[in-house]
Amino acid sequence: MSALAVNTGTTLAAKVWERHVARRAEGEPDLLYVDLHLVHEVTSPQAFDGLRLAGRRVRRPELTLATMDHNTPTDGREPDELSRAQIEALVRNCEDFGVRLYPLGSPDQGIVHVISPQLGLTQPGMVIVCGDSHTSTHGAFGALAFGIGSTEVEHVLATQTIAQARPAWMAVTVEGTLPADVSAKDVILGIIGRIGVSGGAGAVLEYRGSAIRSLSMEGRMTVCNMSIEAGARAGMVAPDDVTFAYLEGRPHAPRGAAWEQALDGWRALATDRDAAFDREERIDARELRPYVTWGTNPAQSAPIDGIVPDPDGLDEPAKRDAARRALAYQSLAPGTPIRDIAVDAVFIGSCTNARIEDLRSAAAVVAGRRVRGGVRAMVVPGSARVKEQAEREGLDRVFREAGFEWRAAGCSMCLGMNPDVLRPGERCASTSNRNFEGRQGPGGRTHLVSPAVAAATAVSGTFAAPADLR
Amino acid sequence: MDPVTHIAGRALPLARADVDTDQIIPASYLKRLGRTGYADGLFAAWRHDGAFVMNDPRYAGAAVLIAGANFGCGSSREHAAWALRDAGFRAVIAPSFADIFRSNALRSGVVPVRLAAAEVAGLLDAVRREPATEIEIDVEHGRVRVPAAGIDRALDLDPFTRWRLAEGLDDIALTLRNEADIAAYEARRDAWLPRVAGRA
Repeated sequence: MSALAVNTGTTLAAKVWERHVARRAEGEPDLLYVDLHLVHEVTSPQAFDGLRLAGRRVRRPELTLATMDHNTPTDGREPDELSRAQIEALVRNCEDFGVRLYPLGSPDQGIVHVISPQLGLTQPGMVIVCGDSHTSTHGAFGALAFGIGSTEVEHVLATQTIAQARPAWMAVTVEGTLPADVSAKDVILGIIGRIGVSGGAGAVLEYRGSAIRSLSMEGRMTVCNMSIEAGARAGMVAPDDVTFAYLEGRPHAPRGAAWEQALDGWRALATDRDAAFDREERIDARELRPYVTWGTNPAQSAPIDGIVPDPDGLDEPAKRDAARRALAYQSLAPGTPIRDIAVDAVFIGSCTNARIEDLRSAAAVVAGRRVRGGVRAMVVPGSARVKEQAEREGLDRVFREAGFEWRAAGCSMCLGMNPDVLRPGERCASTSNRNFEGRQGPGGRTHLVSPAVAAATAVSGTFAAPADLR
Repeated sequence: MDPVTHIAGRALPLARADVDTDQIIPASYLKRLGRTGYADGLFAAWRHDGAFVMNDPRYAGAAVLIAGANFGCGSSREHAAWALRDAGFRAVIAPSFADIFRSNALRSGVVPVRLAAAEVAGLLDAVRREPATEIEIDVEHGRVRVPAAGIDRALDLDPFTRWRLAEGLDDIALTLRNEADIAAYEARRDAWLPRVAGRA
């Protein structure tokens, strides 16, 4: 950290970074050691093929974990031919290279960013990568976790390292008490709405402040998950007692003396009091509301009490053009109250919002109520374990009785590459992370919301907060 | 990767900001097992619109894409860079790039060229006026030249990156030259750090 002035402390992200530098050379990116490499079926086949062609092996199979989640059907159907080829390739690659795989049908299968924390593999201070941009999820534990491309996947498989230029360190501080109806999803939508879809570009975000500290681990994962939607390399929260309580006793968490040793190291990770950030953003928690995105990027959102904005009222020409395009795609008129927008579908799922607390929050809203006629509603648990636990708690019955479909774990309708897609023109309230054009299927219209708002919207048929339901 | 030393050709003016990788290539096109064959997926949804600039025959055969800020945001899919390359694009010029896309492009032989927003605007004007406007990107010597738009300036790529591109280096081979550093790091890692047991 030669660039820092004397008497200046170090940030959480910089500490984790420095601890992982395996090689540093003038004029070159740092070579960081990777503690955990997560692999899935869509971005890995080219990487394994590259290893084969070059006669290379996976350097550290025991630091590598694979599952299948992106293209897998969630209703027990057979995958299409191309998807099956990717699934079979992953099975073969994991066998050939000695990598642990949790395939479809395994009790530990699920969305890659849901299963690793649940197994206790995601721990504070680690460097974690995966060929998936939502790898930022793992930053909730104080790990430095980021998405990489397939060529980099091959590099990590072969060398267990990744070359990275040092990013900027950016603080996003949310101070104060969150309003009762504001969830972790609303916190991150509120942040992105303020800093924009490239507000975190080139930076690792550290979420700080009393509102962030008040979130559960699952809520922190939701916040960190969408760091990439602000353009950030990664998002992190300093580990604390909430983190340690979540981890203790999980299958891969350290035990006994190792646990104590790990705790000492983890407690030292927090950003020093006198550390300086390259950029800072401060948000008053009391100003946050439940949000609904109206446009085609995650920064285009309005409070649920708000209206669809008028593009002509935006001063930046690029934002004005983007808003016009977005409203045309979304088939929305400026000035429309958010609560007047009717939906055709509701999707509760994805690596953003398909953990057990998300399902509990949605189930609490729909219990004893019915999904509005004509609305297609589905719940897709983030992992087979989440599904099992939800069923133990009877949540599946609550959802089914309300008229939701209850599915098996996977990425499902988040990304339109498995059978769960919107039809052209369909409008969906979705707990996922991206409202890009066609993201949930060609011509589909996505509105990002929290699980509670998604559940209330399923009942109401138009965007609604739980308090709106009578 | 094939060496990339010098790019010269016409440009396609896609003047949109925040173009995400789901637009560059929708997920339904990501089901191939190889690194090639993605040209059909490039801007697949937008190409249905006859008025989309890529359907304009005046820009056929463009080697350079000109886009708005934050190009390539969203998903980490390297397929986005592969689709551009497979469709004949050797470079993208924009005021800024999303981090993962930029990294993927550099590893796929598609050069991300950052110019000031005003320069990009001038370039778009020049290309719209005259689709045959020649863009020159000299990776080896680190220059971007578009005489018709009055641009002749240093390429915004560090010497190490330019060297890797120009040599077409295999990153893994490069890293494995430092095998001793990696092994030394491994020797000092804490023993309690998690390990996934052998294969299931």
